[in-house]
Amino acid sequence: MDAALQLAVENLMARYVHAIDDDRLEDWPGFFVEKGRYRITTAENFERGLPLSIIYADSRAMLADRVSALRHANIYEAQRYRHVVSSTLVERVDADTARATSNFQVVRIMRTGDSILFASGRYLDRIRLNGDGGTPQFEERAVVIDSRSVDTLLAIPL
Amino acid sequence: MSVVPESRAWPAEGLARVPYWIYQDEDIYAREQERIYRGDAWNFLGLEAELPEKGDFKTTFAGEMPVVATRDETGTIRCFENRCAHRGALLCLADRGNAKEIACVYHNWTYDLQGNLTSVAFRRGIQGKGGMPGDADPGSQAPRKFRVEIFCGLMFATLSEATPPIERYIGPEVAARIRRVMKEPVKILGGYTQVLQSNWKLYFENVKDTYHASLLHLFFSTFRLNRLEQKGGVVVGGEGGSHASFTMMRSDQAGDEYERAGMRSASGGYALQAPQMLESVDEVGDGVTLQILTVFPGFVLQQIMNSLAVRQVLPKGVGRTELVWTCFGYASDDAKMDELRMRQSNLVGPAGYISLEDGAATGFVQRGVQGASAQASVVEMGGRTVESNESRVTETSVRGLWQQYRRHMGL
Repeated sequence: MDAALQLAVENLMARYVHAIDDDRLEDWPGFFVEKGRYRITTAENFERGLPLSIIYADSRAMLADRVSALRHANIYEAQRYRHVVSSTLVERVDADTARATSNFQVVRIMRTGDSILFASGRYLDRIRLNGDGGTPQFEERAVVIDSRSVDTLLAIPL
Repeated sequence: MSVVPESRAWPAEGLARVPYWIYQDEDIYAREQERIYRGDAWNFLGLEAELPEKGDFKTTFAGEMPVVATRDETGTIRCFENRCAHRGALLCLADRGNAKEIACVYHNWTYDLQGNLTSVAFRRGIQGKGGMPGDADPGSQAPRKFRVEIFCGLMFATLSEATPPIERYIGPEVAARIRRVMKEPVKILGGYTQVLQSNWKLYFENVKDTYHASLLHLFFSTFRLNRLEQKGGVVVGGEGGSHASFTMMRSDQAGDEYERAGMRSASGGYALQAPQMLESVDEVGDGVTLQILTVFPGFVLQQIMNSLAVRQVLPKGVGRTELVWTCFGYASDDAKMDELRMRQSNLVGPAGYISLEDGAATGFVQRGVQGASAQASVVEMGGRTVESNESRVTETSVRGLWQQYRRHMGL
């Protein structure tokens, strides 16, 4: 195992979930390369080869639009997430690229105090190791949720 | 049939009031199952394109009643109760699949794709011992079979023989607006389920409520895609429970009614960095950019620009509803159109720019009326009757829902 590679990827994962959980959504697009792809889909769609996503972006600009819509347009009750990411398997593709598969769980905490296991699933990532400023960035992040059901709404990204 | 108690009498104002107990009462909920879903309403089962091959099946629900929909060996769509004639176990445990016959896992009683019981394991016993009495009628509690109709590739089922044919049930004007979208063979893009913490009727009202669309969903309003001053209308059909609302987008027609009224949804200064998401194609050629259509009690057809979907509204208890989304394109779509639909899938679903609020709004009502079962909601926008309207500042299609609902329920 390439320990330095493993640590670099796990550090990217950790910084990503802390940004979301700390409500620093404006930082979220910066975890992706400019033409980075991000989508959330269900395991069912994924396994059946169906292309539909719950969220779909093929550029950092689309991710930035998602954040500004959440800040300025969309209406949803105050809520936070707590991500737990584990079991990250990393595989080097070439000198500047790696693939990673991780498990995640997301607890959603509503303003009322209700906490639920909101989502579980896998992150399937393709990572550019030497991205902007020399730090790793996602070229592609597919968030595959285990269940086909989402409670109420999915506003904050996973 | 249970008798409706005095406290559950409809308010004297008629369709202009909706009593809050209607979203809360367990007896009302049970009566809905009996008189609507297992009664004389048409239940939406899904797209025929979900069952393209002989032997394909899916499991779904008519209200809370589990059902199986199949394409049998003759190619005909069938629907029957997902319950074994023997001890009542679910017959089909998979969401979908392909089979020649269906066997109950519990005791291996077997059925054909039309829902007929074809064999009973060890019916004659083994070596002359055990088995059923000679005069036994193992099919006496057979799964109930539904009357099925396909309209424009949409599968509907009812247990009633008295219900009018589906097209008449929907009404000609709304049926024409289904044909408009289901104009050619479709291609399924995928699906998901949104769990709503509210009574099913609050969601069905929400979809029919043209008044809320541009006030709650700020995303479209900001881009002037569905401001109520744009040309459009609402058509109410059937017994009131069918509707279609539509908007013709005209980018040159941006009045300032919202700004004058100081409404939240007119807040300006907000632009997309990737506006190509909203570049759409006029696929029908009639200038309608947005059409939302419903058929009582649980069918929604959506065209939001080039995002097409059906939604099946399934009750899961007094305060819980599942919204089963199936998004589709046309079989003739090329790669560019596929890409456009993927981008516009951001508009809909549980994370949809213009739909995510609905998931929460119905729950706000369910929670808000918790201490108000004797009170009622006020539904007087656009008058107190049910009629088609050129304005969408109206709740006419919400009143239409209650008109049909009360007829089914005897309320």
